[in-house]
Amino acid sequence: MNQEVGREIIRKNYMNPYNKVTIDNPNYIKVNTNNESCIDNIDLQILIEDGKIADIKFNGEACAIAISSTSIMIKELIGKSISQALEVIKNFEAMLEEQEYNKNLFNEAEAFKNLQPESRKTCAILPYRGILKALESYNK
Amino acid sequence: MNREDFPMLKKDIIYLDNGATTFKPQSVINAIANYYINYCANAHRGDYNISFKVDQEYENARDAVKDFINAQKREEIIFTNGATNSLNMIATGFFANNIELGDEIIITKSEHASNVLPWFRIAKNNNAVIKYIELDDNHHVTLENLQKIITPKTKIIALAHITNVIGDIRPIKQICALAHQNNIFVVVDGAQSIAHMPIDVQDLDCDFFCFSAHKMCGPTGVGVLYGKKELLEAMEPADMGGGMNESFNNENEVLLKSLPARLEAGTPNIAGVIGLHAAIDYLQAINMHNIYEYEVKLREYLVDKLSKISHVDIINLNSKTGIVAFNIDGVFSQDVAYYLNRYNICVRSGSHCAKILNDETKVKNTIRISLYFYNTYEEIDKLVDLLSDKQKIINEMF
Repeated sequence: MNQEVGREIIRKNYMNPYNKVTIDNPNYIKVNTNNESCIDNIDLQILIEDGKIADIKFNGEACAIAISSTSIMIKELIGKSISQALEVIKNFEAMLEEQEYNKNLFNEAEAFKNLQPESRKTCAILPYRGILKALESYNK
Repeated sequence: MNREDFPMLKKDIIYLDNGATTFKPQSVINAIANYYINYCANAHRGDYNISFKVDQEYENARDAVKDFINAQKREEIIFTNGATNSLNMIATGFFANNIELGDEIIITKSEHASNVLPWFRIAKNNNAVIKYIELDDNHHVTLENLQKIITPKTKIIALAHITNVIGDIRPIKQICALAHQNNIFVVVDGAQSIAHMPIDVQDLDCDFFCFSAHKMCGPTGVGVLYGKKELLEAMEPADMGGGMNESFNNENEVLLKSLPARLEAGTPNIAGVIGLHAAIDYLQAINMHNIYEYEVKLREYLVDKLSKISHVDIINLNSKTGIVAFNIDGVFSQDVAYYLNRYNICVRSGSHCAKILNDETKVKNTIRISLYFYNTYEEIDKLVDLLSDKQKIINEMF
């Protein structure tokens, strides 16, 4: 994916974030994710049915990169089993850290490859950290 | 003014985050290096020449601080590791033993965390009550609103001299007069005022005044606790150790030194204190009145220009200091900061450690510009130009 295409994907997801809405449904697991070093603050709601991620919604205040990354992540993860989701998260982190990763796991998330400056990687990873927390609490 | 004195200003960046920390002039850097290169020894160990010189330089710095804030006595100046440390020393070393069930501590919702959390802790431990002065429409403190909440149980009023987001100058002198009529102690957080206006603690008549060196062209890791002598005498040392004891024996009989050494346990930040002295000399040469007047003019120029941009919402229109907090309509503050960073402009976004201020302003995060004497009208022009085109901001955020 070239850089211009990536930027456009990030921009589009920021302008029209997917599932940016709060839902009043007790079946959703709620989790907050925020960055200690900056002011991003996102609430995630996750619905797991039959061992699969059936839905994710989000809301909150955060920078463009964090909002966009959350929107893209949600699209990447809906329909995945928990183990598949963990695989996506692991590979997304690896991509940001400039390590080997499996790009076939992503649809749009590759837009964040080579994200600059370095400090913004924490914004992109923020929603993934939140989902990890939710999946851990589900497994307990 | 004086831009040529600052190595950091030769790096083609526009630095507008002086409320967080200031750049250091070469004279401060030289003073610190000179200590490490030419007379690196411990203080209070004057058995040989270089150590004697350290003692002299360290105590000269104390005199310089005393004169800079016009304290009455040199023993009233205690070196700490910063304003936060000073405020905590006051809270735990002086007030923790004097605050009782139901006593009241008055602060405001626009204080920095460092002038909130030490009081929260005391309030919790001693079952005291935190009360907030209602702020006016400009988010400023008024004497009338302070008077309204003073009761016979009020023991402490702890306020920033200048707040770090709203940037208003509090009427500390009048507040102290009112407080002292009611037997209330006044603690002043001077972190944002010390570098930007003349300070006279005797004229203010505050009981305590705290500041950090790094916000006034000095090094990080060093600050000052000023307190009236009789109050510092009654203060429990935060740390026990070397340098602060006169004698002790194996029966646990300990005799402490007199002020100021009593409150400065351990090897102090010698290089930092020497750097602070150089910073004071530097600022005094420019003159604090000149610094204040220049900053206010620069602020007026900035606010005048920003006010003409329809998508800019200024939170603190009527403050008379170099702090301007604002938002761009519909754009997250951090994205604006990242955008400006592309043009090597440094501003801060967020809550700026004033995390209960949003109760007052109804705005959680802002972009903060904090000016200093080395900022220029040309820098403001460049900033305003970049902020004037909202579509450009949005396009370049990614």
